[in-house]
Amino acid sequence: MRKALEGSQAIAQTVALCRPQVVAAYPITPQTHIVENIAKLVADGKMDCELVSVESEFSAASLVLGAVSAGSRTYTASASQGILLMSEVLYNIAGLRVPMVLTCANRAISAPLSIWNDQQDSMAVRDAGWIQLYCADNQEAVDTTIQAYRISEATELPVMVCVDGFTLTHTLEPIDIPDQDMVDTFLPPFNFKRALDPASPTSVGTLVSPDFYPEARHSHHHALLNAADEIIAADADWKQLSGRSAGGLLSVDGPDDARIGIITLGSVYGTLSAARDEYPDLPATKLIKLRAYRPFPIDALHTACTGLTDLVVLERALSPGYGGIVSSEVHAALSGMATVPRIHSFAVGLGGRDIPLDIYRKLHDQIDVPEPGPFTIIDVELEKLPVEDHGSEQSASG
Amino acid sequence: MSTNNQAITSEQFVHLRKNQPRFEGIESGHRACLGCGEALAARLVTEAAGPDVMIANATGCLEVFTTPWPESAWRLPWMHSLFENAGAIAAGMEAALKAQGKHTKVLAFGGDGGTFDIGFQALSGMLERGHNVLYVCFDNEAYMNTGIQRSSSTPHAAMTTTSPPGSERMGKRHLKKDILSIVAAHHIPYAATASVAYPSDLRKKIRRAMAIEGPTFIQIHSPCPLGWGHDGADSIKVARLAVQTGLFPVIELERSELIGSMPIRNPRPVTDYLELQQRFRHLFDKDDTRAVEELVHIQALADHNIKHYNLRGEGMDALDSDGADSVRRGGMRWA
Repeated sequence: MRKALEGSQAIAQTVALCRPQVVAAYPITPQTHIVENIAKLVADGKMDCELVSVESEFSAASLVLGAVSAGSRTYTASASQGILLMSEVLYNIAGLRVPMVLTCANRAISAPLSIWNDQQDSMAVRDAGWIQLYCADNQEAVDTTIQAYRISEATELPVMVCVDGFTLTHTLEPIDIPDQDMVDTFLPPFNFKRALDPASPTSVGTLVSPDFYPEARHSHHHALLNAADEIIAADADWKQLSGRSAGGLLSVDGPDDARIGIITLGSVYGTLSAARDEYPDLPATKLIKLRAYRPFPIDALHTACTGLTDLVVLERALSPGYGGIVSSEVHAALSGMATVPRIHSFAVGLGGRDIPLDIYRKLHDQIDVPEPGPFTIIDVELEKLPVEDHGSEQSASG
Repeated sequence: MSTNNQAITSEQFVHLRKNQPRFEGIESGHRACLGCGEALAARLVTEAAGPDVMIANATGCLEVFTTPWPESAWRLPWMHSLFENAGAIAAGMEAALKAQGKHTKVLAFGGDGGTFDIGFQALSGMLERGHNVLYVCFDNEAYMNTGIQRSSSTPHAAMTTTSPPGSERMGKRHLKKDILSIVAAHHIPYAATASVAYPSDLRKKIRRAMAIEGPTFIQIHSPCPLGWGHDGADSIKVARLAVQTGLFPVIELERSELIGSMPIRNPRPVTDYLELQQRFRHLFDKDDTRAVEELVHIQALADHNIKHYNLRGEGMDALDSDGADSVRRGGMRWA
């Protein structure tokens, strides 16, 4: 049944359906309502779990790691500074090959301090060894959260479900929350084979010499690559049960003969989708929604980009001193194609800057050039900056 | 040492356990230095705690010397995550076991660095939230695993690689952090100090903590021959002198109230303790007036402890600093 719910509320209710036994969180600035909603569900007896309000994000991640290691399904949520503070633990969790689900309510990183949405936080932990799934709307956040538990437990890899802060977490949408039976059918009870047990003691997290370290990294890398199959399978199975797909590794929307493509991660997809209808006179365009960022779906990207002459990578973060993070990977991934589209790299909506519908028209203007320009933050208003900070005309055009 | 992937059934494990004269949680064959106080302390702790435990171990010597992959010295479910999160890992284990309706006791192990310094926040959070965890701090008074750097547990005037003596310095400038008082200020049910020189006392305290439902804390003074600069054969002697001089008071607190202490039969001068250790050798330069001053200073610290905790014994006592240093089994069964 579809109900009007705030994103955070919907995610909290969905987490409850997944029956985690231990939930830990810390309200570092910025915070979402997810854990507050979980606390209310626990207080009202609607959710049976150990909810631990810890003293830092570092301990939130550590506590759920300890809990999974002792055999319980867990949940935690964070964002922005919290993700960065957790980062040492995030690497540790992934390296220990421990299954868990974390919601990252994507927000900008300080300084300057901003509580608003972009995706610099999850990008900063791109290499931590987690599966990263990006959600375009709150229904996808609900469906992806449920799928994430199955993917995580099947692959013994942690999953970060990335949901744009404010744009999704604080926004009311009509959302279908599945019933408990459906989730129970889809998600078997947690059974972690490597859980610690006094009857059969094992040592976890041991010191590894150079004789074994590369092998551990190799198996971790390949586990992530192999997780692509489980991400596809979980989405297909969930579609059979619920009637909804959350987009597998990636999904493509637009006419087959379109020669222009735009790749996005997260909620900006919705903006572009609406904008495309607003500007029917602009050239036909495929919208490519990249859902799985880790593992990075190279083959699916090849298929999605076949026939394109121009591909825009629209990012919500950057690597200062280089440029687009996703675009550099897309560049590398497509280099093997027979005909590689021209790749245009832009960032937009940093620190919560509004992304109006006419971004779609602007993008089309920007790519109508003899050669693709360098990475550009597309909505910078240079008149707010001293002249010496303007950069070259090419690299920071308004 | 056993390997992690040894094919042995849980029935066989139970059989092994039942046929052991005494449970040992940590086996011989690990790679600790000769005379390592921490290895001995860990053996005594796990022996007293028994097999139905789960351990969260902070990064440090204990983690490194017991678990060179693919070997492990642990016969207990044991996990190492990071340096600063043993308290939080243990809290998570406890929350999970609680949710599963299991009664396995969770232990957290950390060195002084992982407890006094980098892991202090997670420890404080764990204590404040009342998790049913016994936290054991193996206190060897510096970062020994990384090469003997000063910690907030390093005693005043001690030489470490980051507090070297010189023309402008006489070793560590600051005092040893009073972690027990800080921990006890969380008003937890039980907090105590112990020393590897007094194994029966140590085991008794572990058993006491094991029986308590709630957070408990035991700080074990554990000599490090390498870092302290003494002969490996002298570890127990050095540890005993730390108690007998009053520099390391052996005390117990319940809900932050002092409820017991090990009396010192004949307080020894601090120089008896200091002169055995190279980390204090700069204090024995007779031509250096600063050295003389520091010795007076350290003696004053010991005297303060004796007075503050009322440690001076009244005659012979089987449980005082001279009577309690033997392992007693049978007979006087106080431990």
